[in-house]
Amino acid sequence: MSSGSDLQSAPPGVLIPNTSASTGTLSSGNVVGGPTAGGPPLAPPPTPRRLPTPLRPSDFGSTDVLLLMGAALASLALVWVVFYQLTLLSGALGFLVCWYLVFVGLTWVGTAQVIERQVATDRVVAVVVVSAALLMVSLVVFIVMWVAFKAIPHVHWGSLFTRDQKHFVPSDPNILGKVGIAEAIVGTLEQVAVATIVGVPLAIATAVFLNEVGGRGVKLVRTVVTAMSGTPSIVAGIFIYSVLIYTQVIKYSGIAASLALIVILLPSVTRVVEEVLRIVPGGLREASLALGAPQWRTVWSVVLPTARSGVVTAVLLGIARIVGETAPLLFTAFGSQVMNANVFVHDQAALPLIIYSNIATPNAVDHQIAFQAAFVLMSIVLVLFVAARFFSRTKGKKSGKPSEDDLMARFFVPIPIERDDGQ
Amino acid sequence: MTTYMTATSGAPASNIARGTSPLGGAGEIDADGVCAWFSGRLVLELVTLRMEKSKVTALIGPSGCGKSTFLRILNRMHEVIPGAQLAGSVALDGLDIYGAGQRAVDTRRHIGMVFQKPNPFPAMTIAENVLSGLRFSRISPASRGDLVEEMLTKAGLWNEVKDRLGELGGALSGGQQQRLCIARALAVRPRVLLMDEPCSALDPTSTRRIERTIKDIADEVTVVIVTHNMQQAQRVSDYCAFFLAEENKPGRVVESGTTDMMFAEPTDQRTADYVNGRFG
Repeated sequence: MSSGSDLQSAPPGVLIPNTSASTGTLSSGNVVGGPTAGGPPLAPPPTPRRLPTPLRPSDFGSTDVLLLMGAALASLALVWVVFYQLTLLSGALGFLVCWYLVFVGLTWVGTAQVIERQVATDRVVAVVVVSAALLMVSLVVFIVMWVAFKAIPHVHWGSLFTRDQKHFVPSDPNILGKVGIAEAIVGTLEQVAVATIVGVPLAIATAVFLNEVGGRGVKLVRTVVTAMSGTPSIVAGIFIYSVLIYTQVIKYSGIAASLALIVILLPSVTRVVEEVLRIVPGGLREASLALGAPQWRTVWSVVLPTARSGVVTAVLLGIARIVGETAPLLFTAFGSQVMNANVFVHDQAALPLIIYSNIATPNAVDHQIAFQAAFVLMSIVLVLFVAARFFSRTKGKKSGKPSEDDLMARFFVPIPIERDDGQ
Repeated sequence: MTTYMTATSGAPASNIARGTSPLGGAGEIDADGVCAWFSGRLVLELVTLRMEKSKVTALIGPSGCGKSTFLRILNRMHEVIPGAQLAGSVALDGLDIYGAGQRAVDTRRHIGMVFQKPNPFPAMTIAENVLSGLRFSRISPASRGDLVEEMLTKAGLWNEVKDRLGELGGALSGGQQQRLCIARALAVRPRVLLMDEPCSALDPTSTRRIERTIKDIADEVTVVIVTHNMQQAQRVSDYCAFFLAEENKPGRVVESGTTDMMFAEPTDQRTADYVNGRFG
């Protein structure tokens, strides 16, 4: 980022005795060769010389911090004056947006003045990218904190996971200690588990067909999968309702909900797995085939293991997608106040359904239960993500990543300056 | 180079006990009237070539003359490419590999292949990579450890990796990866080993190491190697075949014979021009 000017204006480095490899061997060679050969004159005795402090040109120094802080303060003051004092605008959001825009502009101007224009452009892009990432992270943190803040003060941990809402009485002030959402936790876990166990192998098989097997049906299947992934989730629910429940093939039950969830899970997982399989280098397939492996072996032992972490991510995204789906459950699981651990018969509760129905009532207690359900739902997703990341890690500790020593060697090479000797 | 040649040719051949392949030892390939098409375009015309048992045959020629296509026809990897067609016959020890009832999978077990770009399986450890071919064929060797050591020694990699067999194959350098691929191909005890420019992505040291490996394994397995490097062909091969595709014409074999003859006194002027670096 900062160029040679930075290097020269860098603070003077520590005094280093002449032990650098190149000069050391050079002078010793001269000492040995000089007197006997009588050729070149003796090298001057090695003198300590000043090496510049090793630095990474891309380091973020104090100048940069000061520049950013200056730009932030200046833009704050400027926008405050213009926004609230001169134009009498109002609203925090508008103020923040204006502040940010002016901050970016001032960062460019300031950096261009102090360093140079190209560096300024680079800084501005860095600021925009980093702030976009920060915005994402802070949004997620905000949502999680908000739900936790609303849920945790009223939680009765003893009953939350163990009791259902069979004896729910809205007027009882201590009702939260007597009911829980166990029926919804069990329902959601069962429905999602069945949908995953049935849907994921189907999705992976479809992706393998699309990318590895090929043939005539590929175009048709890909079109259908794409169309399916565009289906609104409530349509999946209505589909199961009209085909299976309305025709009295099955009744409202967890399994009906699972079927609706599969309709949503299947296309999303298929598409991501297909993309992941496409990244696996063709050379690996050829290597496997050339070893005499049949195609199914190649897919099973080479392609899928190579794409393992990507496939796990795809499955995770699929589960995360369906675990919070509400619409497909409305006419399939139907919801229930009482515990029903049997996924195959009778109405079953689910966390999204509880949130949906409870948040719509005027009761504060209902709202608290809804937030607790939301909190549990997020926790389930979090646990899933952590577990999957843990299991998808590739075996073998060293996976070709450069070690820290390698990185040190690559970046912290002292740059010898030859001019020092001559002057 | 000359010193290196004398140094290795004087050294004893691999002292490892010869593998007990169910069909035994090196094989001989006879290609007869082989033609190849890609999407209806003829790229290789009537190639008839014999690859002698326990010898190294080099296929040389400029780019795009069908050497690699021919090589892939020899173990039925050609048919993996969509739109690829072929004609003619290829016989391994007298048995037509394209004959009725012959399965590509069996052919490839006997005729192994090493590719231009090193392609160890990244999800497997070094040891698993060596054993992968056996695993695919559902053969369990008597002693896995011994087999891994034997194959890695043959490929000249054992000393470098013997303490890190549990690491992933991708952790090796390019030259080591290529030798791992050779060990992997040798582990199924093929009768013929096809090598498609195995050194083109490697540095001179690794290249030399692999050339030594080729010489070491040649008595146990017939080697067919595609190379762009004349010196390499001269160093490693016993026989040579010169492929050439003239403008807008499919590739053909211009001349073939012993390497000494091909380089010293080629009968065809085009061969002489090519091996002396006047084109290509």
